[in-house]
Amino acid sequence: MTILASSPSMSAKLALIAPEILLLAGAVLVAVLGLSRNASLRRAVPLVTGLFLVGSIVVSAIVTTPERSVQAGLLMPMLGGYAKALIASIGLLLVMVAGPSIDRRLEEAFDSGRAAFDPIRVMRGEFFSFFLLSIAGTMLIATTSDLIWLFLALELASLPTYVMVAVSRGTRRAQEAAVKYFFLGALSAATFLYGFSLLYGATGTLELQEMAARLTQAEYIDASGVPTLAMLGAVLAILGIAFKLAAVPMHFYAADVYEGASASTTAFLGFMPKIAGVLALMVLLPVFGDVGRTILVEGQSVTMPWLPAPIAAVLWMVAVLTMTLGNVGALLQRNVKRMLAYSSIAQSGYLMIGLLSGPEAGFNAVLFYLLGYGVTNTAMFAVLASLERNGEDVETLDDLAGLRTRHPVLAWMLAASAISLIGMPPLIGFFGKLALFSSAFEAGQSTLVIVAAVNSAISAFYYLQLVAVPMLGQPNARTETVQAVPSAWPRLAAIVCGVGVILLPLGLDRLIRAASTSTEQLAQTPVSPTDDAQASATGAAR
Amino acid sequence: MLSTLSTLLLILPLLAAGAIALAPERLSKWIATFATLGVFAVSLAFAWGFPGWTDGSIAPADAGIPIGLGIQLSLGADAVGVMLILLTTFLMPLAMIGSFTAVKERLREYYGWFMLLEAAMLGVFLAKDAIVFYTAYEFTLVPMYFLIAIYGGADRRPASIKFFLYTFFGSMLTLAGVIYIAAQNAMAAGEWTFDLARLAEFASSMSPERQFWVFILLMAGFAVKVPLFPWHTWLPLAHDQAPTAGSVILAGTLLKLGTYGVYRIALPSAPIGGVELNQLLAVLCILGIVVTALICWVQHDVKKLVAYSSVSHLGFCMLGLFSLNSIGATGSVMYMINHGLSTGALFLCIGMIYERYHTKDMDQLGGLFRRMPVWSFFMVFFTFASLGLPGLNGFIGEFLCLMGCFIAEPNSVAGYPGILGPWYAVVAGSGLVLAAMYLLIMLGKLVWGPLKEPHGAEPHGHGHGHGHDHADGLPTDLSAREIGILIPLAVVCLAIGLYPKPMLEAIAPSVEKTLAAYPKHVEKYVRDGSLVKPAESKDPTVALAQPADSIK
Repeated sequence: MTILASSPSMSAKLALIAPEILLLAGAVLVAVLGLSRNASLRRAVPLVTGLFLVGSIVVSAIVTTPERSVQAGLLMPMLGGYAKALIASIGLLLVMVAGPSIDRRLEEAFDSGRAAFDPIRVMRGEFFSFFLLSIAGTMLIATTSDLIWLFLALELASLPTYVMVAVSRGTRRAQEAAVKYFFLGALSAATFLYGFSLLYGATGTLELQEMAARLTQAEYIDASGVPTLAMLGAVLAILGIAFKLAAVPMHFYAADVYEGASASTTAFLGFMPKIAGVLALMVLLPVFGDVGRTILVEGQSVTMPWLPAPIAAVLWMVAVLTMTLGNVGALLQRNVKRMLAYSSIAQSGYLMIGLLSGPEAGFNAVLFYLLGYGVTNTAMFAVLASLERNGEDVETLDDLAGLRTRHPVLAWMLAASAISLIGMPPLIGFFGKLALFSSAFEAGQSTLVIVAAVNSAISAFYYLQLVAVPMLGQPNARTETVQAVPSAWPRLAAIVCGVGVILLPLGLDRLIRAASTSTEQLAQTPVSPTDDAQASATGAAR
Repeated sequence: MLSTLSTLLLILPLLAAGAIALAPERLSKWIATFATLGVFAVSLAFAWGFPGWTDGSIAPADAGIPIGLGIQLSLGADAVGVMLILLTTFLMPLAMIGSFTAVKERLREYYGWFMLLEAAMLGVFLAKDAIVFYTAYEFTLVPMYFLIAIYGGADRRPASIKFFLYTFFGSMLTLAGVIYIAAQNAMAAGEWTFDLARLAEFASSMSPERQFWVFILLMAGFAVKVPLFPWHTWLPLAHDQAPTAGSVILAGTLLKLGTYGVYRIALPSAPIGGVELNQLLAVLCILGIVVTALICWVQHDVKKLVAYSSVSHLGFCMLGLFSLNSIGATGSVMYMINHGLSTGALFLCIGMIYERYHTKDMDQLGGLFRRMPVWSFFMVFFTFASLGLPGLNGFIGEFLCLMGCFIAEPNSVAGYPGILGPWYAVVAGSGLVLAAMYLLIMLGKLVWGPLKEPHGAEPHGHGHGHGHDHADGLPTDLSAREIGILIPLAVVCLAIGLYPKPMLEAIAPSVEKTLAAYPKHVEKYVRDGSLVKPAESKDPTVALAQPADSIK
């Protein structure tokens, strides 16, 4: 233990994960608070959750320094700063969406004296505890330096979500969704764990940096210049992680799970696992490829493209299929949540384009796109979470017909976010797509851009329904029973996100630059394990 | 000064939209009217101070404000752009005043969307940056979608969705084309820019295969918007269902976004593609002219008739542009403006009839001269303008377009070598005859002959109406407000028809600049038969996916 703590690498790693440690402490505190007999303490749970998230943003900003990142031996040294801030910020909005809905009926019963307080039945503490744990896991991925860490972080991000789905509402469909989600999640975990094991077998190391270095050495590469076993491992890992992204072929759970969970939990599922998957691919893919990297094949130095052919081919196919199946699937839905589930599948396809386009422009574009996507996704589900029909979530498009007449603000926010998802300038969604398409063309992925452009046009059809039905539809007997939930928080989140969709482009330059800090140090990262002199030299060079 | 005015052109409508959103609903129409009049005044001042009338330059020339991703907020237009700006700002107040009685509910949204629409349209004509252009170009869809879907006719929902999806699909490909050029430029130059002039300069130096495919991508969006022949089906539907003011703006300005895009982006960016596809595009134009003219002939709905005639007329307009010489292109720009005026006016006239009789069916209406002589005068006047009667505005553009096409033959005696030639012009010219036929038949049915009104219906406000809604307060013939809208249009039509010289002189230098790269490519094409080696142009992805040489 003393050896570990005294190593500069380990102390830097520990410092870097201070935000996650804080969230872990928060998770414990929230779990206890949620069991309190005192109603106002229980009511404070979302607030405390939010405070810890704010705290983690602040801590992350303090501890994420270039020196530390290089010392910690990260392959993507600066990924943490922007990604953690983004995760925690969207997390804050998600707390606003979810806060009042969990245990609402139960708390009302306690307040009115219809039921006596029963610590077994209250869920709010658990829900937000798991909420924080999942966010902590997602954040951990950004500062991963080895495969074990990556696996644990991915599981920490995923496991709590299974519980969150199950407790999000008291219906059997939620239970069913949770079980489905859990088993398929376990399958995906097994898949990528198997991939990781093959990677370990192929390279003899778990350290990502070391692995990247070894994959350039002749003894680990076949005569053809491709490390076959490692490629197999990589492909399995990618397919496993595709589950988190809800990317084809691991997408089929999305619609059922989104439909089964409550709107506020679905908002969480639409963003957190997705960014977790993207970050995992971002730390994993540079192991296999690097712009302008040269390897020795039969004594000759050969410049490799970003990503070796097998991985690029798999990602390419996944991207095209994900976009297309997602959008075509969404066309067929009348249930808003299912439609948004397929839409989120399609969005994953767009994200894949950026991942394929390389660790600089492409990753920057993906990180920027995720910001827009996170805000828009939260806006949509916040609108759904703000409405209820006979105490249940609104589900079908018909429930939203003529929303404008009774809840004009919500209808406008829904319309704005749908139009943003279409990719209509000057809303944030357009600039995300612009960045993605730009980076893809730069990386020579022209076909992907054309496919994505056609897909955007297809997606316009169903997104337009989310504009047309609330804004233009006529209210009917069914929509008469749709009411706003008593709490103003989800509405506030919808307004914040909806306005963000419109106003964020004003800060375009700063946001783009913030996103691009995530990858900026990559070129300077020494491929061999760092020693102190190199680390400080790199730090000083900045 | 000029840059302030150009900024003001964009800001004023946006501010008006904000004011409409906040102010009481009864003030909406007045805010919209005065804002559009104010914008018109600003645009006049802009045109007055505009230095590029004689040399085809783009003004104001200031560099823009960088906002990230290589996008620069920079505004400026050439003479063609300024004319289209004037057209837009001129039509907007008329469309607003024309809506006073036609629209009775959701007024705030109605006028608010129109303000956003005006800002977006002006943004297109003022853009010097490809993304600013695209943003404005694409954003016009949103207001128009709502205007059709909320205030349109019975089939408004499908019409609005078709309008949106059709044009969105095309313009996504245009966006891909623009980004492709920018990415290639960024790899060559080392920094991202979307400056239209620099992109055009770079793109026109790309390899022939790339230019070929880039031209197709760019044209995809513009061809739908214009609309060129096989992609026109959204337009009659949208026109038919749109409210009157929506139709006026759709025909008057929105379609010009497509032609302007071809003029400003597609042609200068990929001259080799433009030359290579020239014949095909010309054939599409001519097919559009003839086929839609024949469709017009069998229409019963007068609004659909005028909508199809728009497609036919824009075929002439594009044919002029694709003749690739300054005569045809000048005619094309003239045509853009004149079509906006006369067709816009026709839609206004039809809207006035619709407000009174609630039908646009020519089988139910007839001999309206007996009931509405003033309206009939304007209807006949604008119909003649539309069919190109010499002395009115339509003639000039039509004549020049056909002439440009006629002389654009390989061994041109007129000194304008081109790829088309007399045969193209002759076949296209048959569209003139057809236009005269269907428009005169329309007049014959609507205006002359025995009086025919919908069964049991008489114009609103006419004293003998039984059980009709008199709240409209519309007199049998046109009200002073309606006459006030039509008179400025008629005056401008007549003025341009009688003395087009200053306009032609202002347009010519601009179009010559745009087409500067063409003569040498045309010459090579005529000599070699092709600029793109056919073997290499089979697969689009191969041509586009080749990384830039500089990156290797």
